[in-house]
Amino acid sequence: MPPPLRRLRDGVFWSLCVAALLLVIAPALAIIGSLLQQAWPVLGLRLLTTTTAVNGLQNAILGTLVLCLGILVLAGPVGIAGGIYLAEFGPPRRASWLRLGSETLAGIPSIVVGYVAYLVLDEEMHWGYSLLAGILALSAIVLPYIVKTTEVALRQVPTTLREGASALGLPRVTTLRRVLLPPAIPGIASGLVVALAISVGETAPLLYTVGFSDRNPTPDLFQHPVGYLTYVVFLNATLPTQQEHQVAAAAGVLIVVILLVLIGAGRAIARRAARHAARMPV
Amino acid sequence: MRLRQRQRGSVDLRGAIGGIPGWRARLADADLSPGDRVVRGVLLVAAIIPVLTLLFLTAEMVQSAVPALVYAGGSFFTGQLFTFGNLYATGQTVSHGIHAPLGAAYGALPFIVGTLASSMIALAIALPVSVGAVLALVERVPRRLQPGLSVFLELLAGIPSVAYGFWGVLYFGPALAQHLYPVLSRLGVVLPFMRGPVGAGEGLLTTSLILAVMIVPIIAATTRELVRTVPILAKEGALALGMTPYETVRVVTLPFIRNGILAAAILGWARALGETMAVLMISGDFLNALPANVYSPFSTIAATIVDLLDSALTDPTGMAVHALAAIGLVLLVITLATNLVGRMIIRRVTTGVLPVGRGI
Repeated sequence: MPPPLRRLRDGVFWSLCVAALLLVIAPALAIIGSLLQQAWPVLGLRLLTTTTAVNGLQNAILGTLVLCLGILVLAGPVGIAGGIYLAEFGPPRRASWLRLGSETLAGIPSIVVGYVAYLVLDEEMHWGYSLLAGILALSAIVLPYIVKTTEVALRQVPTTLREGASALGLPRVTTLRRVLLPPAIPGIASGLVVALAISVGETAPLLYTVGFSDRNPTPDLFQHPVGYLTYVVFLNATLPTQQEHQVAAAAGVLIVVILLVLIGAGRAIARRAARHAARMPV
Repeated sequence: MRLRQRQRGSVDLRGAIGGIPGWRARLADADLSPGDRVVRGVLLVAAIIPVLTLLFLTAEMVQSAVPALVYAGGSFFTGQLFTFGNLYATGQTVSHGIHAPLGAAYGALPFIVGTLASSMIALAIALPVSVGAVLALVERVPRRLQPGLSVFLELLAGIPSVAYGFWGVLYFGPALAQHLYPVLSRLGVVLPFMRGPVGAGEGLLTTSLILAVMIVPIIAATTRELVRTVPILAKEGALALGMTPYETVRVVTLPFIRNGILAAAILGWARALGETMAVLMISGDFLNALPANVYSPFSTIAATIVDLLDSALTDPTGMAVHALAAIGLVLLVITLATNLVGRMIIRRVTTGVLPVGRGI
C-alpha cells in the first residue's frame, strides 16, 4: 500500500479525470436535451408534410437527402477510385505525394471551399444558386475522407491474397474486383457513412452555393436554390418568435436522428468487417 | 523503360535488379495487362482530383486576395478598421495604385486576433479535458460501459456546428452570463482581462467554450487510440514496482503518447481556427476593435466571410470581395500550416490510420 500522500494524489488525479469525462458527456446531453425541449411541441407529422414557408420541414429534409445522394453519386466513386489507386497501383513516391495533397485538402476550412465555390461556380460561371455547386463544394470537403478510408480498408487486406491471385495469373483488375474489394467493402462503406455524416451537418459551404428555398428540391441542377436542414437551424435561431425557435430545434433533432442512424450503420458495418477479418487467411 | 523490356525477357534479371531504387514498382508494372493499364489510368485521374482541388482552391484564393493586399499594404496586418467604404459615393480612394470605394480600409488585425485568441483559449480548455476524459474512459470505466460512453464522443463530433450555435445562443451563453461570468469577473482584481462588464453571453469566452466542446472529440478520439497502443507490460511493470495508477500514467502512459497528443491538439486547433457557423452565431459579430475583455463580442475570419460576403458583392469596384479573400487567405495559410505540422507528427508516431480530422 503506497503512503497516504501518494494515495491522495492518485485519488485527486482520477477524480479530475472522471470530472473531465463528465464535462465531455454533459454538453452532448445538454445540447440534445435543449433541442428536444424546444422541439417537443412541434414534433409531428406536420413537419414532414409541410414546407418551411409554413413552419414545416419537408423541403429541408428532402434537400438534405438530395445533397447526400449527390455526395454518394459524385464524391463516392471518385474517392473510392482514388483510394484504390493509392493502395494498389500508385508507385510509393507518387502515392505519398497524392496522399499528402488529399490530406491537406481535408484541412482546408469549409468556409474557404464555400467562398471559392460561390465565386467561381455561382458567379463567374453563372450557375446561380445551384444544387450542383453545393454538391461540388461538399464533395471537395468529404473527398479526402473517402479516399483515406478506402485506402486503409484495402491495405488491411492481407498481402497473401494478392500473392495468391498473382500466382494464379489473374489480371490485376480481376484480383481487385474478385479478391481484394469484397473484404474491403465494409471499410469503404464506413468511409461513405462518415462522408454522409459530414454532409448532413455542414452549413458554411452551402450557404452561398445552394442558397435556400422554401420549395421542394427540383431535378434542376442549375439556377434553383435548395433548402436543407442546417440552414433552418441557423436562420430560425436568429428569428424572434418561439415557434421559429421550435422549428429550428426540430430541424436539429432530425439532424441528430439522421446522425444516430449513420453512427449505428457505421458500427454495424465495423462489426461485419471484424467478422470478415477473423475469417481471413493470414 | 528499357529495364521493363529486359524484365519481360528474363526472369533471372529480377534478382539482379534488387538494388535499383523503385524496382518493386517497375516489377509491378511489368505484369499489368492492357486492360489493367486503362483501369490504372482512370484510377490515377481520380487520385489526382483531390490534389487538383487543393491547388485550384489555393490558387483562386491567392489570385483573389492580391488586389486587396496591395491596396491595404502593411496596414492589413496592423489596421483595426475593416470597412468596404461608401459604396454609393462618387469618389474613390486610391492606395498603392488600386481603386476602392471612398474610405475603404482593410485592416484585419481584429479578425486575426479574434481567430487566434478564441481557438487558443478553446485548445487550452479542451486539451486537458480530453486527455483526462480519455484516461478515465480507458483506464477507469468498466469495459462493457465503454462503447456506450464512446457514443457521446461520436455524437459530439457529429452534432452540426449550427446546433452548437443554437444551444450556445439560446441556453449556454445566457446561463454563463447569469451564473458563471459575474463570479469570474471578481477575478478582475488580479486579472484585468477578466474584468466586467460581462454582457449577455455572446462573446469571446462563450465562443471559446463552445469551440472547446467542438474540438474535444477530435483530440479525444486520437488520444483514445493512442492510449490503447501503450504496451501493457510497461504499465504492469510500473504497477508491480508499487506505483499508484496515477504514477503509472505519469511515468509510462503520458511519455509514450506525448507526441501523438501534441499532433491531436494541433489538428483540433486547426478545426477551431476554421469553425464558422457556431462562431458566427455566438461571437456577437463585432468588427473594428480588439476585444476589451474575455466577455467582449468579437469576430473571427471565417465568421466574417460568411457575414459580409453578400454585402461585399454590392461593391462596384469588386474590392470588397478581394478583401474577404485576403482574410480568407490568412486563415487558409494558418490552417494548412497547422494541419501539415500535425499530420507530420502523427505520421512519425503512428502508421497513419488514426481517425484524424473532423473526428468522426
